[in-house]
Amino acid sequence: MVSARPKIPSPPWWAAAAAAAALAAVLPAQVAPGGALPPLAAAGLAGDVPDTGGKVVLVDFWASWCAPCKASFPAYARLDAAYAARGLVIIAVSVDESASAYAAFVARQKPPFATLRDPKQKLVAQVQVPTMPTSYLVDRAGRVRFMHPGFHGEQTERELRGEIEALLGEKAPAP
Amino acid sequence: MSSLRHRLALLAALGAAAALLCGCSTPAAVRVRPWQRAALADATMNPDRDPLGSTMIEHVYFSREAASGGKGVGGSGCGCN
Repeated sequence: MVSARPKIPSPPWWAAAAAAAALAAVLPAQVAPGGALPPLAAAGLAGDVPDTGGKVVLVDFWASWCAPCKASFPAYARLDAAYAARGLVIIAVSVDESASAYAAFVARQKPPFATLRDPKQKLVAQVQVPTMPTSYLVDRAGRVRFMHPGFHGEQTERELRGEIEALLGEKAPAP
Repeated sequence: MSSLRHRLALLAALGAAAALLCGCSTPAAVRVRPWQRAALADATMNPDRDPLGSTMIEHVYFSREAASGGKGVGGSGCGCN
């Protein structure tokens, strides 16, 4: 004997859509290649934001308590020496809440590129970096083209060199 | 059937509202984000700051329990990279 099983009605579409929209509102979208970083000048960063108009920009999120970040600074210094004259701007954004830890790190490393601090961690929360450090390579038009979660020594530096060369070879957009 | 559907819809909406309002059910609220791990990276968060002491304690456990292993899970760090 086959008994008829009661049909379970599917949840209404609007409830599922509302739940998805609520979750999307709670979880900010991660900045990824193809997207754009929030404007740095309006992010409340401590320090002077360098002029990036029409330039290739490497934005790196780092912290003084992060060991791979420490390892990345000499590599970024080499990239700065090699490509700054051709139009690369490196901006290292610290997520340190402690101003003294930030200052001590910068004093020790003496980076030749711009370092800023995100004191309220507002920018990094908007960007939603997946790990520390994470760097974003932005093209002359202001679009994020490459993203590097973590710093893996020579491998990351090699990849960055290739990507920077490619982006520097692209024409700047017409004003 | 219509009443059951309405009741389920109401239940789903209430569930979603509760999940959002309690703030504990969303990964954004629960997970320590990568940029918030300064305290975890502090040296004082490392449970194995005294390697000699750890070795001696392990030796005591080994002698008493006649077993070894099962130890060595990392306890601190920023989880970078």
